[in-house]
Amino acid sequence: MGILVNENTRLIVQGITGNEGSFHTKLMLDYGTKIVAGVTPGKGGMNVHGVPVYDTVVEAVKEHPEANSSIIFVPAKFAADAVYESVDAGLKLVVVITEHIPVHDSLEFINYAKSKGVNVIGPNCPGAITPGKAKVGIMPAHVFTPGPVGIASRSGTLTYEVSYALSRAGIGQSTVIGIGGDPVIGLTFTEVMEYYEKDPQTKALIIVGEIGGDAEERAAKMVEEKRFTKPVVAFIAGRTAPEGKRMGHAGAIIMLGSGTYKDKVERLESVGIKVAKTPFELPKLVSDAMKSL
Amino acid sequence: MKGLKLFEFEAKEIIKNYGFEVPQSVLIKKGDDIEKKIKEANIEPPLVVKAQVLVAGRGKSGGIKLVKSIDEAVKTAQILFETPIKGIKPSFILIEKAIPHENELYVGIVIDRSLRMPLVLASKYGGVDIEEIARTKPESIIRYPINTVIGLRSYEARIIGKSIGVTGKALNSFEKFLTTLYKAFIEYDAELAESNPLAYLNDKVLPLDLRITIDDNSLFRHENYAKTEEERLGENTEYEIKAHELDLAFVELDGDIGVLGNGAGLTMTTMDLIYEYGGKPANFLDMGGGADAEHVKTCVKFLLDYPKAKKIFINMFGGITRADEVAKGVVMALNESKVKKPIVIRLTGTNEEQGREILKKAGIEAFNDPIEAVKVVVSK
Repeated sequence: MGILVNENTRLIVQGITGNEGSFHTKLMLDYGTKIVAGVTPGKGGMNVHGVPVYDTVVEAVKEHPEANSSIIFVPAKFAADAVYESVDAGLKLVVVITEHIPVHDSLEFINYAKSKGVNVIGPNCPGAITPGKAKVGIMPAHVFTPGPVGIASRSGTLTYEVSYALSRAGIGQSTVIGIGGDPVIGLTFTEVMEYYEKDPQTKALIIVGEIGGDAEERAAKMVEEKRFTKPVVAFIAGRTAPEGKRMGHAGAIIMLGSGTYKDKVERLESVGIKVAKTPFELPKLVSDAMKSL
Repeated sequence: MKGLKLFEFEAKEIIKNYGFEVPQSVLIKKGDDIEKKIKEANIEPPLVVKAQVLVAGRGKSGGIKLVKSIDEAVKTAQILFETPIKGIKPSFILIEKAIPHENELYVGIVIDRSLRMPLVLASKYGGVDIEEIARTKPESIIRYPINTVIGLRSYEARIIGKSIGVTGKALNSFEKFLTTLYKAFIEYDAELAESNPLAYLNDKVLPLDLRITIDDNSLFRHENYAKTEEERLGENTEYEIKAHELDLAFVELDGDIGVLGNGAGLTMTTMDLIYEYGGKPANFLDMGGGADAEHVKTCVKFLLDYPKAKKIFINMFGGITRADEVAKGVVMALNESKVKKPIVIRLTGTNEEQGREILKKAGIEAFNDPIEAVKVVVSK
């Protein structure tokens, strides 16, 4: 099982002929992800690692009606258009890897996708992987192993760090999702938690958050209201980050006194979610949490 | 990198061009004949002389002066040009007609990241920072989300106006002002558009101050402002400005361990780990995803030159970023720089064997376990 990406994923790569697009198409194919088509305007008829390229998503879908998901590598300037294109072509999941997309663009395409019942992951994210089944993203495959723990993370590299630590401790993952580091993103913690709640493979969840915003607080509320009933543990990056400074990610900023490390940890702990001091405590915390099941 | 801030006079220009009244004013550049310019603009005293600097708390820092005569305005402007405000001397001064008023409102528009909608913030207690209003009178802040499909409608502007006590003729003026501000917020890709204070007069509202911050990521749509980015550095330290010129994601901190990581989350976590084991980071520096040797070299040289960093800790987990590229960059920086500092490296992930080998040849033993590495750097 796993969520959102799995053996039934039939993927279109938008921006497949670019450096990043072509490189990661190869790595995703190597992992076993079923990529049915690529799209780059003006490059229709080409072939990238055996994947046929089309000028438009509509053409790609017409030739490959089994397509259900898209991953976007196109430059920030054109990324919004790429999202609208795949939503209008009827794809149900759009993963936006591109960083530096204008926030007003994200705001509008995310709301549009939502109104059409389409899930957007990202922007500015590493994507999602269901170990052993499919990888729709740019994460290094070797750190993941199949298993019972779901991971949802606002940070890319930290996702790999946590998954690696779990894998070394013999704890595999159901689906690992990097939800993205921008202030405005598609699927948030609470939205992916609805999927994890229903997934039989997922026995426990790790939330990897960071300072800024209130996504972690909302996750805590969901646990409090028993809309998420599986064990959850968390790590929050930025315990020592100063207020008012943007820490690399556009979303990692404490504003109006909200989004602080302290607030987040207190809120999570108030509903019984244990918060690790370092990412390396997570394997023990999550295995303890699963033992109590 | 925290949004491109427009100067007050630029923001007012935008609102004025959209057809909303702003106080009568004249812009003075360094070297202008100030007296002549004021007289040409035909503005009668009393006047307000305002340094155009992009720092918070400009008024409190002495950047805004009320004067009674043109003579006094000239002298005050001359002094302000030479007075650094939080380290920055103004290149422009705005001289405005003083507007007598009793009531000051706060109105701002931001993006609400949870609702994923623009959010209007308004309060009847303007004149102090929204942060301070949030602290002292949080119940006075009205929060009104805007559906971008229909935009901010006039009736909504009236509802917001009424809820902060605006009535009568002034309510129509408030409605026009807020819809104008929203238009600027959308068309200028703003992450923030605010007026504070917004003077509440008998029959109208008038923006005494105005701030617009443009989202960095949208600067390709606002090239005329993007070109002047260098002139707009607000409250940044010397090294933050240098880092900005090199396009590095750098934040200055107070400790002594220079930190370099790949990815914002990992870099923040590295800072947290250093604290956890008794050390203090001197900075946040994220090399980003997919950094090549050249970029890593720039980052490491930057930390070698950065005086607060007495030692350097590099924490990298290779994904898109390759460990051999990072190792190459580190060795290049060490070879090119005359500065010697203790350096501890944790290297894991893609191509880590090659990376270790490169470092070994340069006499550096890379760690695999981040905690072990942190303990070593803290104790050095």
